[in-house]
Amino acid sequence: MSAQVVTITSGKGGVGKTTAVANIATALAAAGQKVVCIDADIGLRNLDVVMGLENRIVYDLVDIVEGRCRLRQAMIRDRHFQDLYLIPAAQTRDKTAVSPGDMVDLCNELRPEFDWILIDSPAGIERGFRNAIAPADRILLVTNPEVSAVRDADRVIGILEAEEKGSPRLIINRLKPSLVRQNEMLSPEDVLDLLAVPLLGIVPEDEAILIATNRGTPVVLNEKSRAGRAFRNIALRLMGKEVKDEDWDTPESFWSRFWPLKGRK
Amino acid sequence: MGFFRSRKSSAQDAKERLQLVLVHDRTNLPPGALEALKDDLLAAISKYVEIEAQAVHISIERQGRSQRLVADIPLRPRGQRATD
Repeated sequence: MSAQVVTITSGKGGVGKTTAVANIATALAAAGQKVVCIDADIGLRNLDVVMGLENRIVYDLVDIVEGRCRLRQAMIRDRHFQDLYLIPAAQTRDKTAVSPGDMVDLCNELRPEFDWILIDSPAGIERGFRNAIAPADRILLVTNPEVSAVRDADRVIGILEAEEKGSPRLIINRLKPSLVRQNEMLSPEDVLDLLAVPLLGIVPEDEAILIATNRGTPVVLNEKSRAGRAFRNIALRLMGKEVKDEDWDTPESFWSRFWPLKGRK
Repeated sequence: MGFFRSRKSSAQDAKERLQLVLVHDRTNLPPGALEALKDDLLAAISKYVEIEAQAVHISIERQGRSQRLVADIPLRPRGQRATD
């Protein structure tokens, strides 16, 4: 087994990166995959609370890098899935405690034991972001259909191209279909035209996300949630399956317009 | 509300604003610098041929993730007097 390293990044903060990591990881684990998540947002740890694992942390990423614990000791097993683990970020240290080379070494050590290594990147384009993309085989870019999020996403795409990391695949998060129909929100088509990178999935705005995060139980475990279904589809597409999003709420096939893009790498 | 209704949709506004800002971000060429570039370009060309300065159109066009500087510079026919 040799894991795929997938880094989830966004440029702008607050677009739903950590939520995406927790949900994609959980959906992959639910599909029988062995998954480890690494929170690379040192100083602003959050993946632990979104996954509901905050009470189990003893050691963290910086402890591993600085040799205070063995890798296994810092890996927290998920509450729902046996084969899902979290390596939490340090909360008290600054991001210079870890280097891009440390991340590459850590992922190489984890690769033989897992199918997927998911890295939650910090916002911005500084050291923490560089750490997060250094070991990546694939990069997922989360954005919202909103001017500042799209602009920052474009900057990140430019940096990834300059670093020869290739084109990231796009997750358009927090889409409000009713606002798109009123022409008061950028449509997925608009965002794809502006950014010109392949689409991985569209996640609708869903109150179930907030409720799931309150409880520390990722929304993919909620069968009824539209966002949960969207994240499950994203996980399946990562695994190479072709899945179409359902027509969430329009009589004419609003979403099918975007699926000529499916299967693009 | 009639005032707002007459305007184009906010999504269209957002898209058009982003199209411009992304071109300048990607090329690291702010709008002011593009104006200076145009002036320098026209000055250089004018050393060799007469141009119809008022009909010049220089812009950055976007194709996917690449940008190109497109200049449409009409030349004045030989012997014709400047009208501007």
